[in-house]
Amino acid sequence: MNNVRDKKRANKSLPFFFRTEFKVFFTIILVSTILLISTFSFDTVPPILNRGIQPATFPKGLLVLIIVLTSIIYYLSFKRPWKKEKNLPKPFFLTIISFILFIIISKTLDFFLAIAVLSVFVSYYWGERRIFYLLLVSIIFPLVVFIFFEMILGLRFPPGIITNLYYY
Amino acid sequence: MDNLILMMAPLFSSKLLLVLLFGTLFGLVLGVLPGLGPTTGGALILPFTMTLDPLSAIILLTSIYCAGTYGGAITAVLINTPGTPAAAATCLDGYPLAQKGEAGRALGMATVSSTVGGIFSVIVLVFFAPILANLAYEFGQPEYFALAIFGLTMLASIGDGSPIKNLIAGAFGILISTVGKDFMTSIDRFTYGINELSVGIGFIPVVVGLFAISEMLTQSTLLDQVFKRVALKAVKLPTKDDYKKTWKTILRSSGIGSFIGVLPAEGGTVASLIGYSEAKRFSKNPEEFGKGSVEGIAGAEAANNAATGGAMVPTLALGIPGSATTAVILTGLIIHGVRPGPDLFKEQPEFLYGIFGAMLVANILFFIFGFFGAKIFARITLVPNKILWPMIFAVSVCGTYSLSQSIIDVWIMLFFGVLGFFMRRYGFSVVPVIIGLILGELVEGTLRQSIVIFDGNWLMFLTRPIALTFFILSLIALAFPLIRSKKNKKII
Repeated sequence: MNNVRDKKRANKSLPFFFRTEFKVFFTIILVSTILLISTFSFDTVPPILNRGIQPATFPKGLLVLIIVLTSIIYYLSFKRPWKKEKNLPKPFFLTIISFILFIIISKTLDFFLAIAVLSVFVSYYWGERRIFYLLLVSIIFPLVVFIFFEMILGLRFPPGIITNLYYY
Repeated sequence: MDNLILMMAPLFSSKLLLVLLFGTLFGLVLGVLPGLGPTTGGALILPFTMTLDPLSAIILLTSIYCAGTYGGAITAVLINTPGTPAAAATCLDGYPLAQKGEAGRALGMATVSSTVGGIFSVIVLVFFAPILANLAYEFGQPEYFALAIFGLTMLASIGDGSPIKNLIAGAFGILISTVGKDFMTSIDRFTYGINELSVGIGFIPVVVGLFAISEMLTQSTLLDQVFKRVALKAVKLPTKDDYKKTWKTILRSSGIGSFIGVLPAEGGTVASLIGYSEAKRFSKNPEEFGKGSVEGIAGAEAANNAATGGAMVPTLALGIPGSATTAVILTGLIIHGVRPGPDLFKEQPEFLYGIFGAMLVANILFFIFGFFGAKIFARITLVPNKILWPMIFAVSVCGTYSLSQSIIDVWIMLFFGVLGFFMRRYGFSVVPVIIGLILGELVEGTLRQSIVIFDGNWLMFLTRPIALTFFILSLIALAFPLIRSKKNKKII
């Protein structure tokens, strides 16, 4: 029983800046502070147009609340450290890379090409090796989705090397 | 009598009946697939509803909600994985009973209690929504502000997350709603020169990102997970003995579920956990719980389906979502130009009673589909993740793009997908973000208008009895989970 608890609490033995709770606390505080600073650059309105409070006041209040609540959970974590999370596996990082690829391809080449590349990439690295299923997820299914959105919803997708073949 | 006739409208329209059939089947599929669910499914299908008239669109979303909530029980019983978070408590007894070779009995009990809970909650909806809507005529801006604050403080006790983390997530949701032009002064906030952000961050990219894309990332970490599937021959209706044992539990849980559902921001997950624990507390055989007790299944399932009708009460009467899925339904209403609130009850009764009738029919339909088709729906879980999730990604991307035809929305979806993954990894529930986002404008708008009304005197809030009541309830809502968590040492 103690062994299990020790394993779960292994996080406690790490230096504070490696602990999960510190990383989460630091990230939230950093982002909130940056956002809070940026609220000071919001335009202000003259009193005659001002409905109750300035436009920056409400977000400022929310950010201060987030900072205070985050500080409380960090303080409480001294008494009760968080359990250490398992390391993320390779497929997770490959999926993130596929998202980045999706953004690059959809921005530079083609929206549907980006979907096809992501689909085949994810499916392959998640363990699919059968050609038919790889074709299904990367070409057949996105094509069905494209036709459905185009025909039924009358949607116009962003131009690209493949979508242009259909539109022009 | 007139209202009863209006409720029957979906039955006499072939189009509405078709929408109901599709919604129920689609909801069941979504409920069965772990990681998906009525919230994600509703968000994904929202763009498609643009081709429908408002009534059909909302009927589609509500039938997905009802059937999806039940569908989670099939996976909970057969593979010990809740298809939806609301079915988590069903696993505790459903799977052990299935392991004893009584999967059909477990699913039969889940199907019957879900249907009874669902129908009970529709009755609650029909009676209480108009009463609450009438009450809302007494509400001014300060009362709406206090009500929205009450809804947000209720976030502290939702799900299995810690109260403080839920509040942080809720505040973050409201913060997202402030991005874009300030709706009162047209001053840009958090846009950083990006024109597309001037109109704010849409609800759909955030929901699809937080639910579907973050789940895709979660699935990428679980590829080596093997499900132990229990064979199912056929769903069996409960025996006389089972009914004798469980009828009180079903009724009690239906009441609990409806009540929890009515509370702003709470939903099926909380309802099923309370329904389950109350079933155990009142049971003559509490020692059987966790080992395959039919009372346990009935308690959890009646409660989570009863929460569906309950959650629709504040959504339709006040425009305050009762759960994450009703937040999607609320968005659907707004997209289709329907403004929830007391006026809706006066001006469009045929619309409202059509929804009530459709929910009633959806509960009967999922009973029929569940009873005869659970075996087929269970096979859907056999679709491997490596094929399923790339397909869901394609639909998510196209669905998100289609609403405003903006590629920025797709990137926002991906951003929230990654964010949602890390939030869940570190114990922050994503549901409060959704509720915060949808309530954000109401909170800020009513606060600012109240300050104008009160001429800057904040203490005037305390002179309004309804607002004061909501503030007191908010304090209780904040204190209760903190005390409970301190007892369980789960404050963070």
